Amino acid sequence: MAEKTHSLPTLDLSALPGPETILREELDNGVTVLIRENFASPSVVVAGYLTAGALADEPERWGQAHLTALALMRGTEGRSFQEIFEALESVGARLGFQANAHSTSFQGKSLAEDLPLLLELLEEVLSSPTFPSREVERLKSQHLTSLAIRAQDTGAQAQMAFDELVYPDHPYRVPVDGYVESVGRLTPAALRRFHRREYGPQGMVVAIVGAMERERALEVVTQALSKWAAPGGGPMRRVPPAPELKEIVRREVNLPGKQQSDLVIGAAGPSRFAPDFMAAALGNSILGRFGLMGRIGDVVRERAGLAYYAYSAVSGGPGPGPWQVLAGVAPEKESAAVELILQEIRRFTQRKVSSEELRENQSNFIGRLPLQLESNEGVASALAYIERYGLGLDYYQRYPGMIEAITREQILETARRHLDPERLAIAIAGPER
Amino acid sequence: MRKPQDGLTRVRLRNGLEVRLMPVRTAPLISCWIWYRVGSRNEVPGITGASHWVEHMQFKGTPTFPAGELDRTISRDGGTWNAFTWLDWTAYFETMPADRIDLALRLEADRMVHSLFNKREVEAERTVVIAERQGHENEPTFRLAEEVQAAAFRVHGYHHEVIGDLVDLQTMTRDDLYQHYRRYYVPSNAVLSMAGNFSPRKMLDRIRAIFGSLPPAPRPEFKPRPEPEQSGERIVNVEGPGETPYLKVAYHAPAAGDPDFLAMVVLGSVLAGASGLHFFSSGISNKTSRLYRALVEGELAAAVQGGLAATIDPYLYTLHVTVRPDRSASKALEVLDAEVERLLDAPIEQAELEKAIKQARALFAYSSESVTQQAFWLGFSEMFADYGWFEGYLGRLSEISAEQTLECARKYLRRSNRTVGFYHPQGGAAHG
Repeated sequence: MAEKTHSLPTLDLSALPGPETILREELDNGVTVLIRENFASPSVVVAGYLTAGALADEPERWGQAHLTALALMRGTEGRSFQEIFEALESVGARLGFQANAHSTSFQGKSLAEDLPLLLELLEEVLSSPTFPSREVERLKSQHLTSLAIRAQDTGAQAQMAFDELVYPDHPYRVPVDGYVESVGRLTPAALRRFHRREYGPQGMVVAIVGAMERERALEVVTQALSKWAAPGGGPMRRVPPAPELKEIVRREVNLPGKQQSDLVIGAAGPSRFAPDFMAAALGNSILGRFGLMGRIGDVVRERAGLAYYAYSAVSGGPGPGPWQVLAGVAPEKESAAVELILQEIRRFTQRKVSSEELRENQSNFIGRLPLQLESNEGVASALAYIERYGLGLDYYQRYPGMIEAITREQILETARRHLDPERLAIAIAGPER
Repeated sequence: MRKPQDGLTRVRLRNGLEVRLMPVRTAPLISCWIWYRVGSRNEVPGITGASHWVEHMQFKGTPTFPAGELDRTISRDGGTWNAFTWLDWTAYFETMPADRIDLALRLEADRMVHSLFNKREVEAERTVVIAERQGHENEPTFRLAEEVQAAAFRVHGYHHEVIGDLVDLQTMTRDDLYQHYRRYYVPSNAVLSMAGNFSPRKMLDRIRAIFGSLPPAPRPEFKPRPEPEQSGERIVNVEGPGETPYLKVAYHAPAAGDPDFLAMVVLGSVLAGASGLHFFSSGISNKTSRLYRALVEGELAAAVQGGLAATIDPYLYTLHVTVRPDRSASKALEVLDAEVERLLDAPIEQAELEKAIKQARALFAYSSESVTQQAFWLGFSEMFADYGWFEGYLGRLSEISAEQTLECARKYLRRSNRTVGFYHPQGGAAHG
């Protein structure tokens, strides 16, 4: 069944998003707009980001960007919280914001007929949120509840312990949603200050994909967003390189009463801007994604039956995000799973991947494009992605060629650069041992 | 815009396999689903969790398609595949570039009959399934939901969670699983549903060639044990780690085929917000629902969600409340009760009804956008009704009146028809 001489998929490049089908415009106030039509369904998706992120949190006020993003829709100069959501929900639309380290992203969806309303609300909550005290206090309480849930979540605790090991004295050490103490310090005034300082149309990107002609969509978005003037915004913040680990470092978090342990093993990886990012992404696929989660899934889950899930991920954001292996295992199988994972990382950094592995992963990266780009959500986030990293409107059309050019040597080099088996972080959260 | 009824092909092969084909030419993709009418509903004590475990074993290979080889082939072609086990059914799908879909057809036909259930693989998978259950048990919400479901159903197979009870996962044998597989994985108990870029005539020829020769077998007999009417409120208490109390209230609800089902959809929308119609559709926020306003704006809860599933037999309408750690779940229940009382006292307002219908129209559109979702609906609707149920959904929903929802509320949202569950957190903060 396995064809040894598998040929790479041939795609109809003209069907992929490209300069011919993406309309890109910069509004006078600095907002970049990307539009692509899709009449396959009656809906439309709006997705994008602003350059306000958690890196701009004031010292000891971690969670400020996160809570500001959540509070945008809690009241504006023109509408109360209930009026904002009544407008959205009564037409079956949705809109939400989420902060991460470097930016605050948003996504909305509606029937195409309600796009003007959706964009009008987007502009309104970005430009004139009032952060009413009562609403901010409520939101804080809800957020503290979610932090209490996080404190009991083995996956989240393992990830936080990992970040503390890999990013000491680095901004990535701090979780975007903050800590109980730091969130407790956040006041409406702190959110207003953050909004005034960090939010603005400069550097904002909006992608619109769905059942509306692109000229009409441009008209609607221009009308909604071009009136926003605010000094915040600007280029995305950068971060320093991650400090290098000197040895294997390990941390265990005890959560009494839990039935399963989550573990995270890895180190800092390449940013999306790094020249070796694509080789790392393809290599990671071989290590812990391809098929039922690559070599890691094969060894840890399929052969040893040690885990319900086991995979690896390379984050590749604007900075040196983690390259990590994650698994959920029975507490008594922790050591066996860790040993198997370390063994796979050693193998990955000692020997080149096989030609067949390279070929089939290249084939996967190229062949999956139509599926990734089928939905409006998929295309909208792809458009925002190419804008964020300056990849060019023809990125998806060049993509098959770029993937095909990656070599086994490049993958080994990038693996060695980022995943030294003698310098890794191992974080485990589970029941008391 | 595609009209759903255009070009639907409905065929029953001689061996009993039902086939549903829908050409959709929006992307160079085809999604292929196979549905078996077997789920946790069909399981008896001793083999709870068998349907789900069998689903896992279906990925462990046949003589023609050895384990591991398939993942690689499908991934190599840029496809995706997965499977789901639910109360009423087990389903498998592959979504592939259109010119590669033949593999999915050959695979599904092959593993309907030839899965190995190798003893060693069964044992390895036992650990994996138990690990999956332990992962669930880490979540207070799972532990509470499991107890509430068990209390709500004393007789019917909806009594236990799809994953199964731990003791059965520890003791079930290879032969238990294999018998379950042989009994339910037959053409007459299956529906093949496909949507995507194909010619129905040619696809049907190919399906006949691949599935037509599978040996016929009688459709497995299964007599569900109807749940007797509940005659008094049931209360369950669960204790466990954490700081956050949870409240779960579950009312026995109409089955999907019951005319009351759509009135219940409208009621749910007004009470706790419109929710997505299935696994592949995301919902919208519910911040203007009556319960959100009372509980979350009332500063008792961090979140509230409602849930209604389309099932063969009457299942549950559940309300799930994440109570704030500094508030009490019993106070949250009082406020919830006051809101439910309002629904029993007076019909919902016309504006609420219209809003629920517009929300349903949007969510309906969102839930059938990709070929994977469209093929899902073709098969899913056959599990409890037929595709007409799906096509007529919005039309029937728009005919619901406020009086009907009042009747429906009085019929189902009675205290004597519900189970109330409390999760009492016992503390236990993380320490390193």
